[in-house]
Amino acid sequence: MQMRVLKDVHRIVERRELAPRVMLYRVVAPLVATARKAGQFVIVRVEEGGERIPLTIADADAEAGTITLVVQEVGKTTARMARLREGDAFVDVAGPLGAATHISKVGTVACIGGGIGIAPVHPIAQSMRAAGNRVIGILAARNRDLLFFREEMRRACDEVRVWTDDGSEGKKGLATDALRELVADFGKVDRAVAIGPVPMMKFVAKTGHELGIPTLVSLNPVMVDGTGMCGGCRVTVGGKTRFVCVDGPEFEGHEVDFDELSRRQALYREEERASHDRYMKEVQS
Amino acid sequence: MSDNGTPRDLKQRYKTPKQEMPCQPAEVRARNFTEVALGLLGDNAKLESYRCIYCKEPACVSGCPVGVDIPGFLHEVEKGDLAGAARVLKRTNLLPAVCGRVCPQEEQCEAVCKVGQGKNGVAVSIGRLERFVADWERNSGMAQAPEIAAPTGKKVAVVGSGPAGLTCAADLARCGHKVTVFEALHKAGGVLVYGIPEFRLPKAIVAAEIKALEAMGVEIVCNFVVGLTRTVDDLMKEYDAIFVGTGAGLPYFMDLPGENLGGIYSANEYLTRVNLMGAYDFPKNDTPVIRGRRVAVVGGGNVAMDAARTALRLGAEEVRLIYRRSREEMPARKEEVEHAHEEGVNFTMLTNPLRYHGDERGRVSAVECVKMELGEPGPDGRRKPVEVKGSEHKIPVDTVVVAIGNGPNPLVPRTTPGLETKKGKILARDESGKTSLRGVFAGGDIVLGAATVILAMGAGRKAAKGVDEYLRTGAW
Repeated sequence: MQMRVLKDVHRIVERRELAPRVMLYRVVAPLVATARKAGQFVIVRVEEGGERIPLTIADADAEAGTITLVVQEVGKTTARMARLREGDAFVDVAGPLGAATHISKVGTVACIGGGIGIAPVHPIAQSMRAAGNRVIGILAARNRDLLFFREEMRRACDEVRVWTDDGSEGKKGLATDALRELVADFGKVDRAVAIGPVPMMKFVAKTGHELGIPTLVSLNPVMVDGTGMCGGCRVTVGGKTRFVCVDGPEFEGHEVDFDELSRRQALYREEERASHDRYMKEVQS
Repeated sequence: MSDNGTPRDLKQRYKTPKQEMPCQPAEVRARNFTEVALGLLGDNAKLESYRCIYCKEPACVSGCPVGVDIPGFLHEVEKGDLAGAARVLKRTNLLPAVCGRVCPQEEQCEAVCKVGQGKNGVAVSIGRLERFVADWERNSGMAQAPEIAAPTGKKVAVVGSGPAGLTCAADLARCGHKVTVFEALHKAGGVLVYGIPEFRLPKAIVAAEIKALEAMGVEIVCNFVVGLTRTVDDLMKEYDAIFVGTGAGLPYFMDLPGENLGGIYSANEYLTRVNLMGAYDFPKNDTPVIRGRRVAVVGGGNVAMDAARTALRLGAEEVRLIYRRSREEMPARKEEVEHAHEEGVNFTMLTNPLRYHGDERGRVSAVECVKMELGEPGPDGRRKPVEVKGSEHKIPVDTVVVAIGNGPNPLVPRTTPGLETKKGKILARDESGKTSLRGVFAGGDIVLGAATVILAMGAGRKAAKGVDEYLRTGAW
């Protein structure tokens, strides 16, 4: 792998809104684009003084040297990001980080993306299919406005099913219902991958376990360095403490202590709110 | 000086008292992040250097892991030629402003200083003088890049920009090799920027030392995670040799019940948030840190002292060091222990955490401890702490920092087939740091396990010598 340019300007070459408060950024990062595998993430710093935030790589174009990130606006950093335009740049992009998804030919694979989780499940669906699996994509969200990547997922999967909580698009029901339906239709699902909000992953993992389907989840805890150095991202998996950044981000879902993960994710909620409010005031004035 | 090198005014030199270095008063500094020790003043520095007796065989030089010509630079200070002193220092040490501050001189050069032997002997303050010279040079704006040999056409990749990597890079650049340093974080310096706090080592100093390295032609590439962005094997295709100095970047926890409660940090995370990410200035900087009211720091090393003193500066009302042995056994430098004590850190000795208790939000609310007593000496000669039965007690806390040490960072070993390791540490065949892979050297904490800045620098220097030899001869 040639490394002609070691210091890249991480320019945004494409930026578009996928859903309310959900933005897609295609960013110049050739070293990452050529090295990344499904399931890996990058750490991004938007500007000087900014935080380091982990973002799963939703897609990459090795030839163009770009990676695609899908980001939900939740706090100051992501709000600041949303104000950047095509041609602007992130100060830092480091990666790819984390262990790649273990891809093997197992038969039928369900790739379930809940809301913002549709983005990270996309490259896994691509790789699972490339390995010869029959891949069924499930896009699940509260309502139709929160769905995106329909075409991308159709290209990546053998079949795509859409579910919404309110029935505004596709079938009405939860991601767990979608998984049960798959088992009913196909008789057997050999592997499930579920990525989305913590409660969604928790219940899909539980359902998967009940149905005897090994269910992989991808965790998104608070992180600082992303290289195993700080331990801020630690979670309990199978009764043992693991670092999501180097041991994960993917784990067998039924072993993950999701309640602990939720509590740890909420650790800085007050600071995050204060920071966001302060930023919004700054922007408005 | 007499003909044989012994100064004629030996008596006068012995009579000169040790010169004190001014510090910020404890009650003031405990609440700010500016540097604690203010540095020797010019006249005092000159007097202090006058205390050197120029031994025929200077033990101090052999006591220094990088072999700084100590009498040589002291002589220049005595003469008043500070630029000359800086030149002498930089022949062997590219990071004198750092070493003058963070080296454990009391265990190295100053421990063996002849002036300090005997009942009333007080060693020459070599570290303080090193710092004095380095600071003078930096502030003078007259810092000169060291001489660099003609280009050899060889390329070397240095993995990690901590003390080992920076030293190795500097020495290799001096030999005329083209050096690229790869750093995983967004800022170069390793533990010097993420770990050691501003009040002990101002970041501007580290930045200046790194700039000096770049002026020597060393390229520094940040955000490049060797093992993942590219592997060691990938680098081998483009570089003639590699030095791995990725450090001890994997924090240990004690595996206690409740250890994943909110508010319990590894020292690495706590210090990284504050130092590298600037959380002391939240919300101006975006990264927050929990500003605990009652903070417990578990451990007794330098990192524990750094964490405890950082907690004070973040506004804690009570900071408690919990350590299972007694104060005398603490592995931290005496000076750091004293500083922490003066600033008001509570030393809760002979105490060991058993489990953590949390509140309804999942945040730590108390640490349950047991009292310890010192039993028979263990294999390392230190008396082994033993639990006192029935002495369990709870200490209310809202923040805990676990500072019990670090293991080797796993990224390079895990992604480099054929690289032999032992307990996660890369195996080095000899002092030069040769590993099981041809052309790949390693040194610093990734080989030694968590040690000190200067030992890592020493390893970086020895490896640079080995790399240079390998590049010249091709012999492995």
